[in-house]
Amino acid sequence: MEIYLDNSATTRTFPEVAELMTKIMCEDYGNPSSLHMKGIQAEQYLRSAKETFARILKVNEKEIFFTSGGTESDNMALIGCARANARMGKHLITTQIEHPAILNTMRYLESVGFQVTYLPVNAYGQISLEDLQRAMTRETILVSVMHTNNEIGSLQPIAQAASLVKRMNPHTLFHVDAVQGFGKAKIYPKRMGIDLLSVSGHKIHGPKGVGLLYIGSQVKIQPILHGGGQQRNLRSGTDNVPGIAGFARAAQLLYDHYEDDVKRLYQCKKYFCDGVRKLEGVKLNGLLPGEPDGAGTAPHIVSLSVRDVRSEVLLHALEEEGICVSAGSACAARKPQPSATLKAIGIERDLLESTIRFSFSIYTTQEELDYTLRALYDKIPMLRRYTRKR
Amino acid sequence: MFTAFLIKYAEIGVKGKNRYLFEDMLVHQMKHALKKCEGKFLIHKSQGRIFVEAQGEFDFEEAVERLKRVFGISGICPVVYAEDQGFEKLCDSVLAYVDQVYPDKQRTFKVNARRARKDYPLESMEINAKLGEAILNAYPEMSVDVHKPEILLNVEIREKIYIYSEIIPGPGGMPVGTGGKAMLLLSGGIDSPVAGYMIAKRGVKLDAVYFHAPPYTSEWAKQKVVDLARIVSRYAGPIWLHVINFTDIQLYIHEKCPHEELTIIMRRYMMRIAEQIAKETECLGLITGESIGQVASQTMQSLAATNEVCSLPVYRPLIGFDKLEIVEVANKIETFETSILPYEDCCTIFVAKHPVTKPNLKVIRRHEQNLEEGIGELVRVALETKELIIVEE
Repeated sequence: MEIYLDNSATTRTFPEVAELMTKIMCEDYGNPSSLHMKGIQAEQYLRSAKETFARILKVNEKEIFFTSGGTESDNMALIGCARANARMGKHLITTQIEHPAILNTMRYLESVGFQVTYLPVNAYGQISLEDLQRAMTRETILVSVMHTNNEIGSLQPIAQAASLVKRMNPHTLFHVDAVQGFGKAKIYPKRMGIDLLSVSGHKIHGPKGVGLLYIGSQVKIQPILHGGGQQRNLRSGTDNVPGIAGFARAAQLLYDHYEDDVKRLYQCKKYFCDGVRKLEGVKLNGLLPGEPDGAGTAPHIVSLSVRDVRSEVLLHALEEEGICVSAGSACAARKPQPSATLKAIGIERDLLESTIRFSFSIYTTQEELDYTLRALYDKIPMLRRYTRKR
Repeated sequence: MFTAFLIKYAEIGVKGKNRYLFEDMLVHQMKHALKKCEGKFLIHKSQGRIFVEAQGEFDFEEAVERLKRVFGISGICPVVYAEDQGFEKLCDSVLAYVDQVYPDKQRTFKVNARRARKDYPLESMEINAKLGEAILNAYPEMSVDVHKPEILLNVEIREKIYIYSEIIPGPGGMPVGTGGKAMLLLSGGIDSPVAGYMIAKRGVKLDAVYFHAPPYTSEWAKQKVVDLARIVSRYAGPIWLHVINFTDIQLYIHEKCPHEELTIIMRRYMMRIAEQIAKETECLGLITGESIGQVASQTMQSLAATNEVCSLPVYRPLIGFDKLEIVEVANKIETFETSILPYEDCCTIFVAKHPVTKPNLKVIRRHEQNLEEGIGELVRVALETKELIIVEE
C-alpha cells in the first residue's frame, strides 16, 4: 500500500494534465514566437492559459506572467521590484516564517544594500498588524507575506495587512507567496490589495517547472532574466507551452470543484487531528485556540510533534508501511538545521527535531487516514522504547 | 598532438621473477580503466615499458584522468611518435614538438636520446648533440643545461620514434588484484572510504560491508554509501557491497547492555559479522577507517576491545592520521563531499552522551553474556538476509 501524505512537497499530476501535455509535446510542439501556423497553434495554448488564470484570480490577462515555478516567481517579485524602486527607498519587510525562496532572496538583497525587517509570529504562526505598522517606514518599498505557511499551515491576515500597508504608504508594494495557498483558498489580488502574487504548478496537481507571477499593471518592476523579450520583455525565455497549458488545466480542474474539495480536506484534517489526539505526548502545531477542527488554518496541512521520537526515525518507520510524509518541510528536510518556522512559533526545544508534517490532497481517503493513524498508534510506543537514554 | 602514453611504474620494477605477473595485472587494470574512455587504445608491453597507443581520435584529458586512477602507475608521459623517415624529418618533428608544448621558450633543456634499434645510423651522443644544436638554432631564447634542465626531452628510437618530455604523476602503489582481497567496513563517514582507497592502493581488491538500520537510518544514507563505494571503485575496481540489516541486533544490545557500552559492543558485533562475510568471500583481512583517539570507540582500549573478536588481521591504514590529513585524502579522491551529506548513520543514533572511553575487556565480556539468549539467532538472520549490491563505476 502506498499512501502519499506529502502533498505540500508536491502532488500527483492529474491524468488529464499529463495527457494534455503529452499531446502538446508530441503534436502541438511549436514555439509561440514562430510566425508559422505551428507557432500560432502554440500561442493559442498560452492565451487560453492566461484567460484561465485571469478568470480564477479575477485579474487582467496582461497581468499574468509565467515562470519556472514558485522560486523564480518570488525572486522576480522581490529582486525585480527592489531594483525598479530602489530610488524610493531601500527597505523591505517580510516574516520570519517565509519559504527559503523568500528568505534567501531577502538575504541576497541585504547583501546588495537593502534593509529587511523580518516580522515575528505568535505561537500560531501569525504576524501581528501592530508589528507590521511599526515596521513600516517612509523608505519601505515592498512588503512580502506568505499566504499559507508550508510547515504548519498557518494563514496570514493578508487583506488586512495589505490595506494597512496601502493606508500607510500607497506606493509600497504588497507581494504574497501563495504557493501553498493557491487552490486551497480563494485569492483575489485586486480585492485584497495584493500587487504581486506567486503561484506554483506542481503543488496543485500540475507539472513541475512552471509557475506564475501576477504583476498588477500599476507595479514598477524590472526583469531578472534577459533575452528574447518574451512575455512583454519581462520574462525572456521560450514559453514552456506544455507546462503552462498543463498548469492552467490543473488550476481549472481544481477550481471547478473548489467548494466540495476544500470542505472535504477540512473534514480530513479534523478526522486526522481527532485521531492523533488519542496518542500521548503529541502536540498539534499551528491550530488556532478554540478551533480544534482546524478552521482558520490551511485545510491540507497537519504539523505534529511527537515527544521522544526523532522526526527522521518516525518518517522512515512510516515509510516502512508505505506512508510518505515530511520531516519539517520537504525543502528543508534534507538539511541539518532546525526549521525557522518551528523556531519562530516558539516550539519547545525538545520538540524541534520531533516534528513531522502530513499534507493531504483531494486524493486522500479516509481509509488512508485510518491506516496512517493505526501505523502511528503502533509505531510511536515502539520507537519510544528505544530512544536515546538520558 | 599526443597519440600515445608511456607508462612508468616504480615499485613493480624491483620485483624479481614474478614481475610479469604485476605487469600483466597493470596492463589489465589500464585496459579496464580506459574501456569507458572516448577512443580506442592499444596497450602493450615492450622492452620493460608499457605503451598506450591511441587508435585515432581520443579524449586526451579523460584518458589521463583515468590513467591517474590506476594503481601501479608512477608516471604518465604523453608521447608524440613519428615514423622513421631519416634524421632531417626527425629534427622537424622535435622542433615542432618543442614549439607546441612550450610556447614560452625561456627555458633550459637537455636532449636525452636512446637508441633501442642499434642499426640507426647515428649514435645516441651524436643525436643529442645534433638535436640540441637544431633546437638552439631554431629557438635562440632556449639554453642547454645538462645537469638540471627544466625540460628533459626524451627521444627514443625504436621501430617508430617516440618523443616525450612531460611526466604526469600517477597514483603509485601496486595494481589492484595483485594483493588478494579484503573486507572494508564502510560507514558513510569520511574515514572508511579513505581507508579502502589506501589498502586498494597496495594492490588489494575490495569487498565492503555496510550496516543499515532502518527506520533509524534512511534509504538516503544507504544510497550515500553506495555512492561512496562507487567513487572508491574508480580506483579499486568493482566492489561487492554487502548490506546487513542491523536494526534488531542494535535494539537487542540497547535493551540488554549498559548504555555507555552500546557503541563498543555494537562494534564488536559488526566486526564479528564482517569477519564471517569476509571468510565466506575469501577475504584475507578486514579494513577499518579507525584512527587512534578520534572518538570514544577508537581509543587504544576500545580498539583492543573490538580487535579481540576477530581472528583475521584488521588493517587500519589511517591509524596514525589526524582528521585533517584524512580529509585531505578524501578531497583528493573526491569522496569528501559525499561523506559529509547529513544522513544519520547507525553509529550515531543511539550513542550515549558519555560512552566509555576505556572499556575494560572483562566487563564488556560479562555484559555481552546478557545477550547470549537471542543474539546468535539475530546474527544468523542478519547474515541470511544480507543484500548484495555490486558497485562499479
